[in-house]
Amino acid sequence: MALFIDVEVAPQVASSPDLARKLVEVCPVNIFALGAKDALEIVEKNLDECTLCELCLSVAPPGGVRVKKLYGERQVLERRG
Amino acid sequence: MRFYEFEAKKLFGKYGIPLPAGSRVAHSPNEAAAIAEEIGGPVVLKAQVLTGGRMKAGGVLFAETPSEAAHAAEKILGLVIKGHTPRGVLVEARAPVEQEYYIGVTWDGFARLPVMIFSDMGGIDIEEVAEKHPEHIAKRHFSTIHPFSDYMAKELVASLGVSGTHLLRLSHIAAQLARAFRNHGLTLAEINPLARLEDGRFVCLDGHVDLEDDARESQRALLEELGIDPNEKRQARPPTEFEVRGSQIDAADPRGVAGNVVEFDGDLGLIIGAGGGSLTLFDAIRKHGGRPANYCEIGGNPSVAKTCALTKLILSKPGVKKIAVMMNVVSNTRVDLVARGVIKGVIESGCKPSEKIAIFRIPGSWESEGFKILEDYGVEYCDRTVSMYEAAGRAVAKMREG
Repeated sequence: MALFIDVEVAPQVASSPDLARKLVEVCPVNIFALGAKDALEIVEKNLDECTLCELCLSVAPPGGVRVKKLYGERQVLERRG
Repeated sequence: MRFYEFEAKKLFGKYGIPLPAGSRVAHSPNEAAAIAEEIGGPVVLKAQVLTGGRMKAGGVLFAETPSEAAHAAEKILGLVIKGHTPRGVLVEARAPVEQEYYIGVTWDGFARLPVMIFSDMGGIDIEEVAEKHPEHIAKRHFSTIHPFSDYMAKELVASLGVSGTHLLRLSHIAAQLARAFRNHGLTLAEINPLARLEDGRFVCLDGHVDLEDDARESQRALLEELGIDPNEKRQARPPTEFEVRGSQIDAADPRGVAGNVVEFDGDLGLIIGAGGGSLTLFDAIRKHGGRPANYCEIGGNPSVAKTCALTKLILSKPGVKKIAVMMNVVSNTRVDLVARGVIKGVIESGCKPSEKIAIFRIPGSWESEGFKILEDYGVEYCDRTVSMYEAAGRAVAKMREG
């Protein structure tokens, strides 16, 4: 179970094969994977490896991906429109 | 990488350093008898192990005849010396010795140069000679850049008053040993004792060679020539189960380093590293009276999973009461990722981070993020204003508090 980082992906991003592939491609620690019918899946065991690089935020539309720190001020990282 | 005596002698032989007659390894009593037969006189048989104390353990025996040699070899091959099974038995001619000398080449970390050491009191530990009879030791540094010249070895040997034929013969051996050291990336090349026989000849009776681990690849041809598997790991003792598991954790994930674990018998687990910082921190713990349960090295930004696995391994060692997580100031390792890995490892071991982590002292990149995580879990931490020595002291004090 992830202790430090959580990632939320909006349904319209998760169901878009193009965006899903981009997310899989950019994440340096394999938090995203492609599931059945190229639907996006979150790899739970890799969540705590998140380096906070924000590459996932940059390839998704504003608000499409949210990276939540589960410590400190519980800051949420997201791209704003 | 340490060489067995027979391998060290093969290397010395390549450089024209005189060896006792025979000087071959037997792997069975019959082979030992055959070598003794060839030598045709009294022989000495020596267990080939990478540890000291073989004489006391019965690993060095003498024989007058081939059948005695076979019997002695059988005894030696059945020994286990400090956990080591002999790799074979070195069989050599035994000759009457008139005087024993010492010649060694090693690296002088303070001078940042290789140094030749010569003594006319061989056969005992050179450290003991240096302490009790410093006037019997001579040293001579030499360059790793400029070519080595024989006059350097001559200066070394002559400085202890050796002259005439002995000077020429000893200088040649010292010069060739220095060349072997330079040419093959060695960290130690030592002949002790170097014997002067009654007929005036010099022979290497025992030798030690350590090859720099990082030189294995460049010295692949030499290793193959000496019959050494370049991938073989050699340590002063076989790795413990704990150490093997540490290596497996490191090897399973290419990201960063979280391994090179060495087991000790203390109660304070250590997760330490940073460019020599781990050695400094280990010594600091001992200086403060602490008892490390292990040595290890982390760095180069290991993954959270890797640090977590290392933490769990250390906490699984019986007798470990707390762990100290300490590094020098790091720029290539993220403090927050190490903090995540260690805390996760402690929690997955069924413990509370605030109780189990005696101190967390890793200043460097992303430290403010790391400190937030540590604060959340109530872990005592410090930044670079607290020295490594002081942090080690705090960890030991915490151990005393219980």
